[in-house]
Amino acid sequence: MLTSVERSLPISNLHRFDNFGHSLKTTAYRFCPTSVEEIAEVMQTARRHGQTIALRGSGRSYGDAAVNAGGIVVDLQSMDRVLEWNPESGVITVEPGVTIEKLWMHILPDGWWPPVVPGTMRPTIGGCLGMNIHGKNNWKAGTIGEHVLSFDLLKTDGTLLTVRPEDDLFRFVIGGLGVLGVIVRVTLQMKRVYSGYLDVCAWAEPDLKGMLRAADESRDDHNYVVGWIDCTVNGAALGRGQMHTADNLKPGEDPDPGRSLQIEHQVLPGRTFGLVPKSILHRLMAPALNNLGVRAVNQAKYTLNRTIGQNKTYRQTHVAFNFLLDYIPNWELAYGSGGMIQYQCFIPKETAPDALSEVIRRALKHGLPNYLGVLKRHRPDRFAISHAVDGFSLAQDYRLTRRNRAQLEKLVHELDEIVLEAGGRFYFAKDSTLRPEGVRRFLGEDVVRAFKRLKNEMDPEGVLETDLYRRCFEPIGAVNARGQL
Amino acid sequence: MNEQHKRAVLVGASRGIGAELARALVGRGYYVALLARRADALEPLCAELNAGGEENARFYLHDVTDYEAVPGLFQAILSDLKRIDAVVYNAGVMPAVGFSEYDFKKNKAMIDVQLLGSLAWLGAAAVLFEKMGSGQIVGISSVAAERGRVKNPGYNASKAGFDTFLEALRNRLTRSGVHVLTVRPGPVDTELTKEVGGFMMVQPDVVARDIARAMGRRGQVIYTPWFWRWIMLIVRNVPSVVFRRMNF
Repeated sequence: MLTSVERSLPISNLHRFDNFGHSLKTTAYRFCPTSVEEIAEVMQTARRHGQTIALRGSGRSYGDAAVNAGGIVVDLQSMDRVLEWNPESGVITVEPGVTIEKLWMHILPDGWWPPVVPGTMRPTIGGCLGMNIHGKNNWKAGTIGEHVLSFDLLKTDGTLLTVRPEDDLFRFVIGGLGVLGVIVRVTLQMKRVYSGYLDVCAWAEPDLKGMLRAADESRDDHNYVVGWIDCTVNGAALGRGQMHTADNLKPGEDPDPGRSLQIEHQVLPGRTFGLVPKSILHRLMAPALNNLGVRAVNQAKYTLNRTIGQNKTYRQTHVAFNFLLDYIPNWELAYGSGGMIQYQCFIPKETAPDALSEVIRRALKHGLPNYLGVLKRHRPDRFAISHAVDGFSLAQDYRLTRRNRAQLEKLVHELDEIVLEAGGRFYFAKDSTLRPEGVRRFLGEDVVRAFKRLKNEMDPEGVLETDLYRRCFEPIGAVNARGQL
Repeated sequence: MNEQHKRAVLVGASRGIGAELARALVGRGYYVALLARRADALEPLCAELNAGGEENARFYLHDVTDYEAVPGLFQAILSDLKRIDAVVYNAGVMPAVGFSEYDFKKNKAMIDVQLLGSLAWLGAAAVLFEKMGSGQIVGISSVAAERGRVKNPGYNASKAGFDTFLEALRNRLTRSGVHVLTVRPGPVDTELTKEVGGFMMVQPDVVARDIARAMGRRGQVIYTPWFWRWIMLIVRNVPSVVFRRMNF
């Protein structure tokens, strides 16, 4: 049974790769190519050793989308040049390792902002395309894929393709989880802005119905719509929270755009209240991350919003409004050694009120309320592996411990049923628990079949694989061609 | 979410302490990769461990003196198991040596198997575990590591070197959250001791249980059976002027 290998991968290449929530700790052999030729070389190496490759950017996925336990991980963060930028037309061409942070810093002083950004500026563009990310403006702006003008894809056989929106491949590779080929160059259209500020409005809603109605009514009148939901309360106040809307300023509304568009103006403060250095904040957060602590914090937050914060309008920088996850550096470490998982479900607007309230209620029944609930309004898109619906999403953070693991697994599978019954969908950047049957149910047999057929065409030897791909798209318990579990 | 079953690699697993430890670990929910030279010993052991239907064990043929093969085999095992949580080094040979015998080939064999082999395997494990920030290295050393004796100088030297290497690994790796367990069995009734016998021999399953328990408890240095700790305390401290005249 010995697999005798002539040359082996250098043991010094072994590297630890966690998911963002630190619920998974894996090792793999790491390679960091910076050019198409180097990537092709790694693919050849993988083939020679009978290994699979997972593509990885900043590793901000909450689940196992960018890990390949025991295999090879190609880390593309060093392939991060801005290749072309036209400040007149707003068209930019970048390598896949360019982060959202590098992107906005490059374009903002010229009066542009990325059309779609996630809640943290750390992900790479390659990763954003692999997941087809959405932002707080999904209703108006769609997903990032809708702003891609073209991209270059390196196939596992070494050939390079240029893919445009009219090509069938376009709607599969974007959102295609990084298993169809390597995106090595992307051209995107940026959005014109006339200020470094947004006009933000915030108000409290007393229950889920109020939150959903507010999110729905705001969708056409505002650029960005997002809500925070307190998931620790039951009964009449279930789903209470705070809505935020934000709008770009029109030309002339900012008295000094030259100043507000500067990078320095956008940067998040390094100290909270001018005192506590941000680097230790996550340690201060840790003691509050339990049911009682979060309940207390949420109560305080909601009361403050209802009183001092009610119907406030104020100006906030793009960075401060959009990148909420970057306020507290390494906040995910506050969840302790067990880490956390995020559960985000997308529910059509018709079934959303019942399904979402059942989701919140069920978590409370299990004694596992989530510690952060975020509500967004969505519109459908034309991409094959898509999470979007004409409806709402609720993103939830759950702490994972050795003690609660079994209970949490049970809860998550119950929630999956609720969501699937309601015609809902899931987002692979967050998912850690779906299995092939669930995936088939929300994507549809046709889409899954078409995706796998394309995968076989593009990568017949199955070189590109991630733990997520194996979990969601391979049959359970099958041993693959390499004899691996 | 992380898979719950721990994965252990046992180098030198077909018989004796290795085989019993494989049984004990599988009993505690481990998946194991068993390495030894001979398929005829490994196959039935694997079949026995997989009897319940679940694949708890796989085997790999390996001669620990084939040092060049270690990185490739390590890679293959890591790829197959997806994760390694513990590496147990149990390989050892102890040819019978006469009182006045100084056979270089026999001595070299003992250094090759129990010292050099461990440097190759535990070096690889150390790299992996340091990167992971967790993991367990288990070295099946011996009470023979603690003092040179008349019976088998080569064996003493090989185990002493191995034992010190384990201690050095412990000192290096503790700051990375990695646990190194040194096991010092007294004589155990296995293939190894068939030719020579020993004082107060015990069965390998007793030893294996002690080891599995110590792995769970993150022990540092254990003697098995327990009374050897006190016997060796005495043995270590007998002054040379007396000890060198003994036949022990």
